[in-house]
Amino acid sequence: MATVVMTSLDAKSRAASRGMSDMKIRNLFIIPTILFLIVFNIFPLIYSLGYSFTDFRASTNVSANFVGLQNYRELLNDPFIWSNFAITAKYVIVSVSGQVVVGFGTAMLLNRDIPLKGLLTTLLLLPMMLSMAVVGLFWKLLYDPSFGIINYALGFGSFEWLSNPDMALYAVAITDIWMWSPFVMLLSLAGLSAVPKHLYEAAAIDRAGPFYTFFRITLPLVAPILMIAIIFRTMEAFKTFDIAYILTSQPTTEVISIRLYKMAFQEWQTGRSCALAYIVLIMVLAITNIYVKYLNKVKER
Amino acid sequence: MRKTVTGLLAGIGLTLASGTSALAQELTIFWAEWDPANYLQELVNEYEAETGVTVTVETTPWADFQTKAFTEFNAKGSAYDMVVGDSQWIGAASEAGHYVDLTDFFNKHKLTEVMAPATVKYYAEYPANSGKYWSIPAEGDAVGWSYRKDWFEDPKEMAAFKEKYGYDLAPPKDWKQLRDIAEFFHRPDEKRYGIAIYTDNSYDGLVMGVENAIFSFGGELGDYANYKVDGIINSEKNVKALELYRELYGFTPPGWAKSFFVENNQAITENLAAMSMNYFAFFPALVNEASNPNAKVTGFFANPAGPDGHQFAALGGQGISIVSYSQNKEEAMKFLEWFVKDETQKRWAELGGYTASAKVLESEEFQNATPYNKAFYETMFKVKDFWATPEYAELLIQMNQRIYPYVTAGKGTAKEVLDALAADWKATFEKYGRNK
Repeated sequence: MATVVMTSLDAKSRAASRGMSDMKIRNLFIIPTILFLIVFNIFPLIYSLGYSFTDFRASTNVSANFVGLQNYRELLNDPFIWSNFAITAKYVIVSVSGQVVVGFGTAMLLNRDIPLKGLLTTLLLLPMMLSMAVVGLFWKLLYDPSFGIINYALGFGSFEWLSNPDMALYAVAITDIWMWSPFVMLLSLAGLSAVPKHLYEAAAIDRAGPFYTFFRITLPLVAPILMIAIIFRTMEAFKTFDIAYILTSQPTTEVISIRLYKMAFQEWQTGRSCALAYIVLIMVLAITNIYVKYLNKVKER
Repeated sequence: MRKTVTGLLAGIGLTLASGTSALAQELTIFWAEWDPANYLQELVNEYEAETGVTVTVETTPWADFQTKAFTEFNAKGSAYDMVVGDSQWIGAASEAGHYVDLTDFFNKHKLTEVMAPATVKYYAEYPANSGKYWSIPAEGDAVGWSYRKDWFEDPKEMAAFKEKYGYDLAPPKDWKQLRDIAEFFHRPDEKRYGIAIYTDNSYDGLVMGVENAIFSFGGELGDYANYKVDGIINSEKNVKALELYRELYGFTPPGWAKSFFVENNQAITENLAAMSMNYFAFFPALVNEASNPNAKVTGFFANPAGPDGHQFAALGGQGISIVSYSQNKEEAMKFLEWFVKDETQKRWAELGGYTASAKVLESEEFQNATPYNKAFYETMFKVKDFWATPEYAELLIQMNQRIYPYVTAGKGTAKEVLDALAADWKATFEKYGRNK
């Protein structure tokens, strides 16, 4: 009856019955949001784009001079910057693939009827609820070559995880995997629980093996949601700063965001760092686009 | 109505007038978070008792100090009236107009005569030999060494050392002896290590550590007058110094690749190393039994000489400057007049601050006040510093990028590393038109 009454009213009356007109909603919520976005997102974005074509240094009182594409040219010809990108790429590959393997594997285990499943899932989610700074300091202690529990548990003696330039990046990636695998696990669990049970029943009737069932039923159906997790984690890993900065200051762990930070706030090369930020932005957009295209293909299958 | 408006305006006028006066009674000094900042707060409390002007020493962790200070300067913020800034900031801060020119103040109080020459040169003057001053030397500091007297004076150790190296075990007189002693005490099986040196590449830790070797080997970072670096930073002397520093790293405790002042004091307090490099400003914690269980058996020595007898140390410490954007510049100037007085400098030293006053440093009273003051006094007259040009941060990062992989992981050779650094620095100075 109520539905009938509502639908029979004109638009104005319906809005009035809700207590707020569309105009009021627009004025109260949409316009402030747009203004907020313009002031805090769009304007700085455009402003920094302008600075990226100048030699501006925020630490001096000298006004910015237009230098065209010089900052971009110099950055793209700087072997240190390319080395930072290479480190970042290596880190993203190791970290994200580790998270997918661990996260998806854990989700597969939890997608069974096991006792205390809810409690176990909640406990596994704890790492990603901690702050990055806490995680960094916590793992720094775990990795300590003299009294860290990792060397003790693995019987590695005084193996140097963070001081060893060849190992430090993997040590940071392991920490990131520990922290963010639960995120992949959570999304994977959602995907796994959505797989129709009758497909597994049909596979069982056809005497399909676990390998075949996994690759022909589970993985294809979970793939879209897994791809979303990979997109999120790739973007996050690409801009990793805090864990790498807190755990170790090795040149071999100087990911691009650390280099960007140093350039902007230690060297005060404002214009140049803006250009670098745009190069990073373009790269992240390009990678994300590739992923999204792949995601759409996966969905179409 | 007119009466109301007049009354209101008068009220506002009075409030503003009294507000201005109240503001002038408060000064804020910005510094890094460490013991000397606490001593300074104690000192300025006495200024408040004398004058009624409240002075607050606001601190931030060392890791944020530079970023936070320059962010405030760049914003032309008036949050800080004075800053006790690092010596290498002077070029950047003075050229950008962040610091008030203190040349007249300096000359009026004859501070070039009052303060130790090295402190005037590195904490106050920019450009070099220009006679222009931007800071008042506040916390003199340099790198020195602490060592385990009980390990050194153990008769068994002494005999074994003499047998192995052919001379007596004692605080090292040169870097060769420093290396021998580090090697001698390096016993990983006993969880006892030879030496603790600076390795942290986040800011100036590693660079300062290496500077100790470079300067004592008779080397330089470059010609500060004409920005020439090629043939100087990569000189044979510097190559030898860097090679020795790398060798010393091999005698440090495990995982020592990111160590600075905190870890280097821990090396002594936690029985890790026989000798430890650190700023003198951190030595009070080593003579305090509450913070160092080995306080009674901890000794100190100045940075040893190089192979040709040169003996220098890397400069630490800071000068105090008035921030150009302060609303209380006159009041800050009055505070500095009080700060440079002989009796204030004496009190500053008594509280634990490292005065730069030559008179106080030379006094018997100061030199006998702690086990390390004599070494500090000797060191303050033979210190050298990093580049103080506005591009110091870029130069620092480039030096870290080049030498860190060599020192901690043996990547490349010292010669290759320093040649590459010379090229980096040359390019940087060319970029900013310094060496035209």
